[in-house]
Amino acid sequence: MQLHEFQAKDLLRRYRVDTPPGQIALTPDEAAAAARQIGSDALFVKAQILAGSRAAAGGVRAVHSPSGARAAAAELLGRKLVTSQTGPAGYVVKRVLVEAGIVAAQEFYVALRVDPAVGAIVVVAGAHRPDIEQHLAAGAPDFPTVTLGIGGERRAGDIADVCRRLGLTGEIADKFGELIRRLHHAFVELDASLIEINPLIRTEAGALIAADAKIVIDDNAVFRHAETAQLRSEDEVDLIQLQAQRHQINYVQMDGNIGIVVNGAGLGLATLDMVHAAGGVPANFMDIRTTAKSLDIAHGVGMILDNPRAKVLLVNVYGGGMQACDTVVDGLAIAFRKSGRVMPMVLRITGNNENFARMRLANFNLPKTECTDMWQAATRATAIAQGKA
Amino acid sequence: MAALIDKETRLLCQGMTGWAGTYHTDRMIQYGTNVVAGVTPGKGGTTHIGVPVFNTVAEAKTATGANASIVFVPPANAGRAMLEAIEAEMPLVVVVTERVPVLDMVRVREALVGSRTRLIGPNSQGVLAPEVCKIGVMATDRARRGPIGVASRSASLTSEVVSQLTAAGLGQSTTIGIGGDPVHGIGFVECLDLFFKDPETQGAVLVGEIGGTEEQEAARYIREAGLKKPVVALIVGRAAPPQCRMGHAGALTARPSDDADSKIKALRDVGVVIAPSAHLVGATMSEAFTQRAA
Repeated sequence: MQLHEFQAKDLLRRYRVDTPPGQIALTPDEAAAAARQIGSDALFVKAQILAGSRAAAGGVRAVHSPSGARAAAAELLGRKLVTSQTGPAGYVVKRVLVEAGIVAAQEFYVALRVDPAVGAIVVVAGAHRPDIEQHLAAGAPDFPTVTLGIGGERRAGDIADVCRRLGLTGEIADKFGELIRRLHHAFVELDASLIEINPLIRTEAGALIAADAKIVIDDNAVFRHAETAQLRSEDEVDLIQLQAQRHQINYVQMDGNIGIVVNGAGLGLATLDMVHAAGGVPANFMDIRTTAKSLDIAHGVGMILDNPRAKVLLVNVYGGGMQACDTVVDGLAIAFRKSGRVMPMVLRITGNNENFARMRLANFNLPKTECTDMWQAATRATAIAQGKA
Repeated sequence: MAALIDKETRLLCQGMTGWAGTYHTDRMIQYGTNVVAGVTPGKGGTTHIGVPVFNTVAEAKTATGANASIVFVPPANAGRAMLEAIEAEMPLVVVVTERVPVLDMVRVREALVGSRTRLIGPNSQGVLAPEVCKIGVMATDRARRGPIGVASRSASLTSEVVSQLTAAGLGQSTTIGIGGDPVHGIGFVECLDLFFKDPETQGAVLVGEIGGTEEQEAARYIREAGLKKPVVALIVGRAAPPQCRMGHAGALTARPSDDADSKIKALRDVGVVIAPSAHLVGATMSEAFTQRAA
């Protein structure tokens, strides 16, 4: 669960991490009022969407007066912002953050995240650079990385080494160490999976200020953070995914015309690969979790039947120890009956209760093809989607 | 004998009295697994589906000589259950629970350092030694005893691969689900090490996917230890959109090294045979096996 920049900064201030003076605004007038109150002649008006690379896409405007803030907010609010991370549809800007600009003597990138390779929290830091996004995407191999224990402990000298490599000495190095300690405290207490400060500014006066902040909370831990859970923006990004997840289904919308129903994440990925290899384009990724009941599955299938782009349904199910084939078939039956849409269906159903599932399937009055092999099913569904069968 | 589990395995079930625990414990007993104890705090002294229940892992271990544990405890308490098993020095702990908070797994990983426990999962379908012992929730009807070890990040694909191997006349020595979570217990490296050392295992299949560095670490291990037995790998997720979490918490292409092609290249470079598609794993292993014999 990703938080907005302003939410992340609100949280970080509780952990005594300094951020620029700023206020959120929902209208151009509010933006002007915020600018007046901040009282600086160097200001930024920043679009609050759940995606990065906003500055390059025109989502961050430098202004010098309340009227400038009003004009910038008027241009951003209610408009779609397309950045390299939003996808072509972009996100509608509903809020802007009006913030004082900070004069930087030096700029850094600092992030804490869980590193799967070491199974621990790591700190990654480096000098800020204009191509920081690309540099990070390439793995930023030159950025020093330090592993922290869950209690914040680390090998003696690690942070000192990071400071040395960042060119920080004396008092500022101590401050940097203290910042890392605070960020770590926030990370553990909030059950974060990422806290990123990009950039972290060192001022001439020797302060360290988080000019931008990104926090991602571990979805699996949201249950123990009722307050943070309320920060979720249901109006953005992952509404479809979120609805599906409430029905025990992992769902990712894609651009193609082959609707895909699969139980299991690995089998789901394999099915995407096979459809792709067969020349088809998936309309979605689906992983029905083992805890899903037939009504949950019906909801997931219904999402595909509601997608006007989807032309064919490819069902690839391996009935496992927990989820038998007939549960999935029941879900299909409910979804088709509810939707009323007649969509051709290609099925590969095997494993636990497959014969029973087949008996139930026989009662379907639907155009369906059954295949014994998943490659055969993928090629067949592709042919139907392309109008060749 | 199989890697990890055998006829001597005495299983304890943490969270046995819940719905999933009850259902799967019953199925494991039917399969022939020696289930000696259940643990549910507050229910000690009772008997559930014919198995004695204890309040703590330590008590159960002392009373029954359990040498392996399976964890069905829900996500909120699964981390604590794992820590309890590690503290009780349980040699093998298999965690089926899905959606365990990642920082709880970081805590568990810290506790594992220097411990006597080998942990598998979470979000694992378990470990199966076909026709001998089952610790998990996997389908077993197509699994047959034989020479192939299977290590997998995906439960559904393990069933698929087992089914293909059996159809190709290749039974399985042990199947291990390392789980779909980013921070977990043993990985492909430990599985390969077990398979290379196990005399019954003559070949191995790795089922990997996008995200993380598990496959690259396996490649590094093979480069150092040598390819002692034929290894086939299936890596899925080539067609997945980047930056999207694909079902498993760990299946995410965030960095260039996360993608399928990087993993395939790393493994191919050390002599692992890559299955060209998910439906061809059995055939690929069969061929690798024949070539070795020739």
